[in-house]
Amino acid sequence: MHIEIDEISKEFGRTAALHPVKLAIPSGALVALLGPSGSGKTTLLRILGGLECPSTGRVLYDGQDATGLSVQDRRAGFVFQNYALFKHMTVFENVAYGLRARPRNERPNEAEITRRVTKLLDLIQLPDIGSRYPSQLSGGQRQRVALARALAIEPRMLLLDEPFGALDARVRRELRQGLREIHDTTGLTTIFVTHDQDEAMELADLVVVMSMGRIEQIDRPVDIRARPATPFVREFITV
Amino acid sequence: MSDISRVKPFRSPTDEAPLARWSLTIGVIALLCILLYAPLAVVFTEALAKGAGAALKSLTKSEASSAIRLTLTVAAVVLPLNAGFGVAAAWAITKFDFRGKAFLITLIDLPFSVSPVVAGLCLVLLFGANSTLGGWLVASGHPVIFALPGIILASLFVTFPFVARELIPVMIEQGRAEEEAALTLGAGGWRVFRTVTLPKIRWALLYGTLLCNARAMGEFGAVAVVSGKIRGQTATMPITIEMLYNEYLSVAAFTLAAVLALLALVTLTLKTALEWRYADQLAATHRH
Repeated sequence: MHIEIDEISKEFGRTAALHPVKLAIPSGALVALLGPSGSGKTTLLRILGGLECPSTGRVLYDGQDATGLSVQDRRAGFVFQNYALFKHMTVFENVAYGLRARPRNERPNEAEITRRVTKLLDLIQLPDIGSRYPSQLSGGQRQRVALARALAIEPRMLLLDEPFGALDARVRRELRQGLREIHDTTGLTTIFVTHDQDEAMELADLVVVMSMGRIEQIDRPVDIRARPATPFVREFITV
Repeated sequence: MSDISRVKPFRSPTDEAPLARWSLTIGVIALLCILLYAPLAVVFTEALAKGAGAALKSLTKSEASSAIRLTLTVAAVVLPLNAGFGVAAAWAITKFDFRGKAFLITLIDLPFSVSPVVAGLCLVLLFGANSTLGGWLVASGHPVIFALPGIILASLFVTFPFVARELIPVMIEQGRAEEEAALTLGAGGWRVFRTVTLPKIRWALLYGTLLCNARAMGEFGAVAVVSGKIRGQTATMPITIEMLYNEYLSVAAFTLAAVLALLALVTLTLKTALEWRYADQLAATHRH
């Protein structure tokens, strides 16, 4: 799905988290929002997912105004920073949650739910963990379960907030590869937030560099490396 | 090498010296005996002073049985209402940001800082026969003061903070992430509450409700003012106990007191049994 952010700004009380920003994300792209903490990247992601309401501006999905669309109706698969898995439910129930939450007439039956959850657990390469609880999983496994849970609702886009934040270096590299593969199989427009420039440069088709609530540069990784648009970008990517 | 023999055995830095440990333990046990166990023992010995037969007989008198019935009725009405109010208040305070939140928190604590007698008097002024509202209520045949509705209102007021106070810190600690995740998965507000929030807070809710129950059954001051202490009609267990005691009917007074204490012990046992039964689950939710 093609996503357009049209002069979106966000204020929390008197502090501006986002100055009006403009951004077009082509359908099927894998995009990184890159910046230091406090740059507004997570706020922008939450506005896209409908968890935060912009102070001004519009969000367009495939050219249609989606600014007033409720978080449920956006059908954005969201992976939270600490995954926010339901601790009191098994992995199976976590993944099935979005299917069971559908209105009765659209809800798949039990056999269909089992079939879909099994398929998703296969997709994240953890076919045997359905009966475990989140506290019994490693960090990398939790992240993948969170991804499967988000994919279960057949989302129109995938939004990930620091998806590799709390993991060690080796697991990060594996999961980067995993996300790339899932993106390529599903063809979903995918946006992830990160403060790690290597991650952004290696994984994304398009990198949006942000600082202090403003977009500094939008480009392909090679172009950002070759031609940083502002002194901030130059400094940020060479650190 | 001879130094080695002088090295003291290792003690964990958080351990106290044995003397301090023992004197603290004994001190606490002594205090508990004087303040808690001795009065409880006295209640039961006084109740049984003239034999179990006399004690049981005093309970069959109409004023005792109607007091028990009234107290249980009040608790049965107050508990679900305050559990509902408490959850709603805690939900509003921890899941949303709005103007006047600090004021709302103060308001929830109000019953703790206001004397129950004052609370009772306020209800009398508001709903008493001499007020406009009260006069109309009495004329229409639904008196509040000196009747069951007044007792329920007073108990509701006094026990209001227990559930909310128990829930707020738990819900703050848990944050909103799981609720937000459920929303992005398409769940509506009620489903999020039922399937995500409620399972996470059920233990705190249980504790709050048990505390609320204990206080609702034991409340004296506020109820004494609004009930009018009509024997056999609006006298709850604590009030009946006081009246019996003032009339030197000590067996009857202490027997009723023992029943009240037993009701509290039942709730306590229930809580312990649940904790024991669901020990793994409690440990799992506390693990991060």
